Amino acid sequence: MTIKTLETKNLCESAKKGGCGECQTSCQSACKTSCGIANQQCENKQEK
Amino acid sequence: MIHRYQLGGLNIVLDIFSGSVHVVDEVAYDMIGLYGELEREELLNTLTERYPRTSREELEEGYGQIGQLRAAGKLFTPDTFAPMAGQLKEKTSGVVKALCLHVAHSCNLNCSYCFASQGRYQGKSALMSFEVGKQALDFLMENSHGRRNLEVDFFGGEPLMNFDVVKQLVAYARSREKEMGKNFRFTLTTNGVLIDEDVIDFANREMSNVVLSLDGRKEVHDRYRVDYAGKGSWEKIVPKFQQLVKARGNRGYYMRGTFTHANPDFLKDIEQMLELGFTELSMEPVVCAPDAPSALTREDLPIVLEQYEKLAELMLRRHREGRPFTFYHYMIDLKGGPCIYKRVSGCGSGTEYMAVTPQGELYPCHQFVGEEGFKLGDVWNGVSNTAVQSEFAACNVYSRPECADCWAKLYCSGGCAANAYHATGHITGTYAYGCELFRKRMECAIMLEAAKALDE
Repeated sequence: MTIKTLETKNLCESAKKGGCGECQTSCQSACKTSCGIANQQCENKQEK
Repeated sequence: MIHRYQLGGLNIVLDIFSGSVHVVDEVAYDMIGLYGELEREELLNTLTERYPRTSREELEEGYGQIGQLRAAGKLFTPDTFAPMAGQLKEKTSGVVKALCLHVAHSCNLNCSYCFASQGRYQGKSALMSFEVGKQALDFLMENSHGRRNLEVDFFGGEPLMNFDVVKQLVAYARSREKEMGKNFRFTLTTNGVLIDEDVIDFANREMSNVVLSLDGRKEVHDRYRVDYAGKGSWEKIVPKFQQLVKARGNRGYYMRGTFTHANPDFLKDIEQMLELGFTELSMEPVVCAPDAPSALTREDLPIVLEQYEKLAELMLRRHREGRPFTFYHYMIDLKGGPCIYKRVSGCGSGTEYMAVTPQGELYPCHQFVGEEGFKLGDVWNGVSNTAVQSEFAACNVYSRPECADCWAKLYCSGGCAANAYHATGHITGTYAYGCELFRKRMECAIMLEAAKALDE
């Protein structure tokens, strides 16, 4: 039986340091007709 | 909350509230599905019967591993975000960081599927003056507080119909950004008709992103994207787009298409874009009234969902062949993506993000322009319609009842307020058809990342 866990951002941890708001407004980059935030880059320099 | 799915030959398990992604074999996939539903012994007995080739010892080990992942906060993580959802969005209260400048409510194409009614947004043709645009930029700088990165999209209609003002506004922003401690990122969204060397030089110097409208195959593109004489624009714009992209080097761009009821088989259009040499691609479902001829139907849905899967297969194949391309909706950075604040708060329409009409009126976003009841105020006096703004400020993924049980909620943050409004009459509704497409796109995007990670 195998379970491979990929390296991912820990959302619970990000609740402590996130929210700087420097990331791009989701709709602004290409779609203009639908919201999705999963493809946005984090730009929080302190968090990284 | 757990979401399990099988795609591209992989068994994938998402732990929604930690953001963890697991790729598992069939037995583990089954065990995670039953974990919590059956007691340990009953679960192990069930799986021993189902998988006679897997030893009891191995199953017990696997059960233990799942327990460890649970204890480590990577499986069955409880939702701790619901109580803080409002507070998270509150963090950016009163901060504006992005504007969509409608520099031209006019267009040199007459696309019948245009959500902006041929660029006029249910109003009269108009061009934004430099004075209005300058005031909008001042409004942005003054209301962005500590935010350094500011985004401005030159939008329309067709923004190049007011290119001189675009240039003046960029020059003005550049002249102020240092003293104000800001970094402007400009985007230009264009149909390409007016692209020339001057535009290319300017765009490649000043625009951090250029969004180029192309629907793919010539016959698909020319069905809707016609001039006022009814002539298709494909032949005119494709060489211009190629010239611009070639000159652009590594700077960002998106070739952005719209698919409709006429081409739910949009993968062929993506392949056409690739054949033309474009690699940064976006393809969006049309936004229009449900009874419009271009509107996607229930019958189109299975076709579209299959196209998304085939697109993911094509992307993986090309990635492995060393010929990768980007699809906007499949970009997902599992390690460095958005924090929980962003995932709960959404696009920021009406609060962080607003649209500005040629007359200087403020709307929650470009898709609300022309809906008089949503007018927020203007660039001289700021937001005066605080009642409407409060509705947008209160909008987050936890304020949408339909999202409560959806596994994709922290990937979409509740979806587009404009789509919800047009589908349900409320900005806290959901556009169910769009949700189905979104969930499929996320499954594909995560499968792609998982497959690449396993390759490494």
